[in-house]
Amino acid sequence: MSAAAQRADPVRHWLQAHLGLVYLFLYGPIIVLIVLSFNRAGLPTAWTGFSTEWYSKLAANAKIINAVENSLVVAFVSTAISTVIGTLLAIGMEARRPHPALEALVAAPMIIPDIVLAIALLSFFSLLKMTLGLHSIILAHAVFNIAFVCTVVRTRFKHFDRSIVEASIDLGAGAFTTFRRVTLPVIAPGVIAAALLAFTLSIDEFIIAYFTAGPGSSSTTFPMQIYAMIRFGVTPEINAVATIVMGVSFVLVFLSQRLNREVEA
Amino acid sequence: MTSNRLLLLGPGLAWLTGLLILPCGLIFVLGFFERGVYGGIDYTFTTENFSRAADPLYAGIFLYSARIALTAVVISLLIGYPAAYCIAQQPKSRQMPLLILVMMPFWSNYLIRTYAWIVLLNREGLINGALINLGAIVEPLPLLYNDFAIVVGLVYGYVPFMILALYSSISKLGPELAEASTDLGADSWRTFLRITLPLTLPGIAAGSVFVFVLSIGNFVTPDLLGGGKRTMLGNLIYDQFLTARDWPFGATLAFLLVALMMLLLTLQAVFVHRRAGNEEARA
Repeated sequence: MSAAAQRADPVRHWLQAHLGLVYLFLYGPIIVLIVLSFNRAGLPTAWTGFSTEWYSKLAANAKIINAVENSLVVAFVSTAISTVIGTLLAIGMEARRPHPALEALVAAPMIIPDIVLAIALLSFFSLLKMTLGLHSIILAHAVFNIAFVCTVVRTRFKHFDRSIVEASIDLGAGAFTTFRRVTLPVIAPGVIAAALLAFTLSIDEFIIAYFTAGPGSSSTTFPMQIYAMIRFGVTPEINAVATIVMGVSFVLVFLSQRLNREVEA
Repeated sequence: MTSNRLLLLGPGLAWLTGLLILPCGLIFVLGFFERGVYGGIDYTFTTENFSRAADPLYAGIFLYSARIALTAVVISLLIGYPAAYCIAQQPKSRQMPLLILVMMPFWSNYLIRTYAWIVLLNREGLINGALINLGAIVEPLPLLYNDFAIVVGLVYGYVPFMILALYSSISKLGPELAEASTDLGADSWRTFLRITLPLTLPGIAAGSVFVFVLSIGNFVTPDLLGGGKRTMLGNLIYDQFLTARDWPFGATLAFLLVALMMLLLTLQAVFVHRRAGNEEARA
């Protein structure tokens, strides 16, 4: 064994070096944006000194502030809806072995290409002659968020001892009390983790929002604003936007992962 | 109990039926209607949209998208396999953090991750700047707004999925098989080719289907990194809806994309199922 391990050693070193490069590939571009956002010149060609002026420019940009507000509304409401509905769905699916068709229905929003869901919803809303706006984006975002919340919460049930539910009912607790006092505390970290992920997905989602926002700039979301800025050209302001967005996403995902790990330990 | 379960499943079922099944069903139906004079839908039955999709112009766009997506799959595999293999070799306690680190970028904004490559690849970008400073090149290389940039963007976006799929397949293999093979005199390369690689084919298939489907339906990457010069399937669908305003034809294209995705997922499921069956038969 040790001889074999010795022989495999150079291979192992190469693999580890490769893995290091993969992380560099994944995080290098993000780090470049973060560094540039503090560059006075704002351009990648030369470092001209530390500055936070691009951030103050952002704070003074009414279009961006408006887009951020819209995104927050969409993300909060769609997260609230999908956390409740997705959690109920997860509990229902775990109560008894779900029909394969139901499994497929929950998996579908996560694998269907964004552009397809986007045009399907646009066609559907216009068939119903619905006016488009933030509310239609919320309806659309809840579709994939319900699926994500349901999937995350269901993983929590892997560690769930079902006999405690029976014990609670045997001891005379009603279905609702059992849910509130027994089931909910066990799955709560999963529910919060799922909500954080749903919020992250919604606030970063671009294509579906773009198609279901309708004409006019009143319901422009933050990613739509970012897209417009990128199309317009490379401006240093985007670097500051990128840094903030990345920071918020990473914190939310990190919290979510921490919550999800706790119970397993 | 039954009424309780309905209470739990009801809202979710209603939401997904109303806002997923019905709209997707509508897409399928729309493909059989004609385009209205002013861009609306004329409800006269036709199969013309489907024959039009086979037109060399659109078939060409489809083949081009498939070629780009396939290139992204192959490069993701080449990058992802050794990475996933290396993670699976680490001590158990380190595997999860390493995987989370791989998936972290996926959860953040795709537009911004794509934009980062504009900063890196453009004529005055970081890579050209560094190469010129080093004296390696005199004129900036045309790195952006071409197929190369699109593939880089797709690989960057989707290699985490590939690594995750490969990892879940590789980590299922115990070290025993490889050790047995080495003890029987096979060198490590031969062991990898004859034992590890065949046993992880399901992971390779799953990761490849994921990356292919996400790439071929992508709209943002060809738009931003291809400079809008190159049309992929996702852009074509986008154009039919927002520029050409030919919704029935756009719906047909979207339907074909979903059909292709379903076909690939089914093939992959059958493939994995059959391998599992074979292994059971052997055991």
